[in-house]
Amino acid sequence: MNIVNFTPISSLTGGLLIGLSVALFFILNGRMIGISRIASNFLVSKKNRVENLLFLVGLILGPLIYNLISSQEINISISNSLILLVIGGFLVGFGTRLSSGCTSGHGISGISRFSLRSIISTITFMLVGILTVLIIGIS
Amino acid sequence: MNKIVSLLCGIIFGIGLVISQMINPAKVLGFLNLFGEWDPSLAFVMIGALIISSPSFHLFKNKEKPIFSSSFSIPNKKEIDKELIFGSILFGAGWGLVGLCPGPAITSIALFNVSSAIFVVSMFIGFYIASKTN
Repeated sequence: MNIVNFTPISSLTGGLLIGLSVALFFILNGRMIGISRIASNFLVSKKNRVENLLFLVGLILGPLIYNLISSQEINISISNSLILLVIGGFLVGFGTRLSSGCTSGHGISGISRFSLRSIISTITFMLVGILTVLIIGIS
Repeated sequence: MNKIVSLLCGIIFGIGLVISQMINPAKVLGFLNLFGEWDPSLAFVMIGALIISSPSFHLFKNKEKPIFSSSFSIPNKKEIDKELIFGSILFGAGWGLVGLCPGPAITSIALFNVSSAIFVVSMFIGFYIASKTN
């Protein structure tokens, strides 16, 4: 194992903000954040639809506001082919809706509650993610 | 107030994803590349989030009600069913293929990246089909 590109300070700082968002949403609105749930419920359910939409709009405003206050450029790099993007997106959408949570819903909100379901889900999707990257790396 | 809180929490979450660089799939794939050139950063994002969110949850969950809402809404499902396991496996495979999960995928719409936009459309189709078939 070789450790590369490790950014502990910015990761921890960003993580604290994510935790603050989850905490405020719970203390003020009474709900635990799970982005797959917020996004998929916005699509299929009338309940809390405006709140869910506003949360998603807030997410998209995040990088735009960051650009106003920081001179640092936001870099993203995606190298997949069109077909892999379509398959990957579908698996993420279908899978998180089926298992009722994603990295935020199970990985942060669920583990915050010490939910066994969320702990098992998080271990599962992380192991499968690691395995997928390993297989792609070999092939 | 609920609506303002939702927007504000979305903004804070989105900025958190930018600062932690979790918006960048290459960074996430670096974490999943455990047996190669490994980037442990994602673990620090989760630690940072949990040290705020977990104590806040446990301190406030027994309060009578949240500040701007009439009751708490906390997932109460306990059983480890096949949907949980099968869904987590599918999610892990898609996550490992591209390096995007729902939060960063939606947040990256702000950057007008064509690849992430295609991913988001396909993800919403996945949400829709899963919600209609289960």
